[in-house]
Amino acid sequence: MNKMARVKKEKKTPWQRFCAWVNGDAQEKSLLPAEPPKLKKKKAVKPQQKKAAAPKKEWMGLTRFDHIYRVCAVFIGVVIVTVLMITVVQLPLFGSPDNPADNEVVERYVEDGLKETGAVNMVAGMILDYRAFDTFGESSVLFLAVTCVTMLLMRDRNNTDKDEDLLTAREHIVEGHEEDIILIQIAKLIIPCVLVYGIYVVLNGHLSPGGGFSGGTIMGSALILFAVSFGMIRMSRFFSYSTFRKITSSALMVYAASKAYSFFTGANHLESHIPLGTPGAILSSGLILVLDICVGIVVACTMYGFYALFTKGEL
Amino acid sequence: MRLALELILPILLIICALAVTFSKRLLVSVVIFTSFSLIMSVIWVLLESPDLAITEAAVGAGVSGLLLVYTLKKIHALKGTSDE
Amino acid sequence: MENLLINHYEVAAVILFGIGFLNLLLQNNLVKKVIGFGIMDNAVYLFLASQGYIEGRLAPILVGETARAADYINPIPAGLVLTGIVVSVSVTAFSLALIQRLYQKYKTVNFDEIVQLARQKGDE
Repeated sequence: MNKMARVKKEKKTPWQRFCAWVNGDAQEKSLLPAEPPKLKKKKAVKPQQKKAAAPKKEWMGLTRFDHIYRVCAVFIGVVIVTVLMITVVQLPLFGSPDNPADNEVVERYVEDGLKETGAVNMVAGMILDYRAFDTFGESSVLFLAVTCVTMLLMRDRNNTDKDEDLLTAREHIVEGHEEDIILIQIAKLIIPCVLVYGIYVVLNGHLSPGGGFSGGTIMGSALILFAVSFGMIRMSRFFSYSTFRKITSSALMVYAASKAYSFFTGANHLESHIPLGTPGAILSSGLILVLDICVGIVVACTMYGFYALFTKGEL
Repeated sequence: MRLALELILPILLIICALAVTFSKRLLVSVVIFTSFSLIMSVIWVLLESPDLAITEAAVGAGVSGLLLVYTLKKIHALKGTSDE
Repeated sequence: MENLLINHYEVAAVILFGIGFLNLLLQNNLVKKVIGFGIMDNAVYLFLASQGYIEGRLAPILVGETARAADYINPIPAGLVLTGIVVSVSVTAFSLALIQRLYQKYKTVNFDEIVQLARQKGDE
């Protein structure tokens, strides 16, 4: 038995062993010795389940269909890649200035953008001033996504069974008693820095790279780190479901209200009567700063909401 | 130097995509997908779009990797933990 | 053929699109399908952004009082991709939530097994 195993091991090429190590196979002890041995038992169980399912598949005549499906899928994929590759050959050269995508719209945005929007960062000026409705729809998509995830994963009587309840109760007890001291001390150091950096990115969205989306995600990851290290119970003291709902919907409402007036002025020009200020200062570029803050709040709450729903099933 | 980087990074992207496809463990493919997002964010810097680089590093490498790992925990696919 | 070497970002984007598409069609595991979808997303963004790049020009962060269009790259693809990245993370989160519910119901994430189990439940 032992000899057999050794022969098998010697037959493997270094590449196969590397693949097995990357995949985390338990037999590769030379590269990864810390694997717990108890897992082998469960491994033996899993193939049996698959074998039980396999005869059913043949009985239904699905095997032949499966082969045809695979061949067809590879064929379609190769055809698509070939057609796209032929298109790429005929595209204008990469990085050439006479690219047809570089037309009068870009000229207008770059040359008049600073005067009209007051934003130094032209991407922020474009998505939050010229195309602000687009971004409003995008924030609504985020809100919609977190609503759908809430519908699917919110814990109630219909979607939990006994095992799940026991597991959740155990996790709550573990969370209450075992606090990881390294994680907590590091989190105390890092969370303020991450939060301040996120706020900086949001507030400087019209001056430097960044803006509502990236800054909001950074703030959301600071909230997630807080929840991971200090537990959901302490998190829910200042961030409950009703706070989440109020903050997100009021941010979306402020966004909608600050751009809605242009419907009444004909919706052909999103002009605001707020002074644009000197370009380069924080308090400049009219509504862009307000919209950036709104988008940042929505994104931060959404990212934290995804995390909370994915782990605990509650906000 | 820059040209070499411009040629190497897309090749690394393709290698990462193939590794995601052929890896057996789900956790390995999630980690490789996260590194795929990080390589993308370096490419955004090379393409002169720093906005995209920041967003991709925060969203692609941070939050979606986190969501994928927590999904693996929920479907009991993490090896070596009590959840398998 | 020389074009393929100069347009290497577009070529990489097309190949990545193919890999992601085949992942979506051929993988049985639902989580891997979602990852394949993410690869397809990133391929499309890479294609869009490489169309907006112009050799030797700067990122569209304006310097000075008057800006000349000949100094900066195209800001429109960057704006479109920024929208796309955030939408793709919400799509990922939604599909992962669907996968979790499917696992709660069928105790597997294998697509074929889920289809068979659903058919069995329909027969009964």
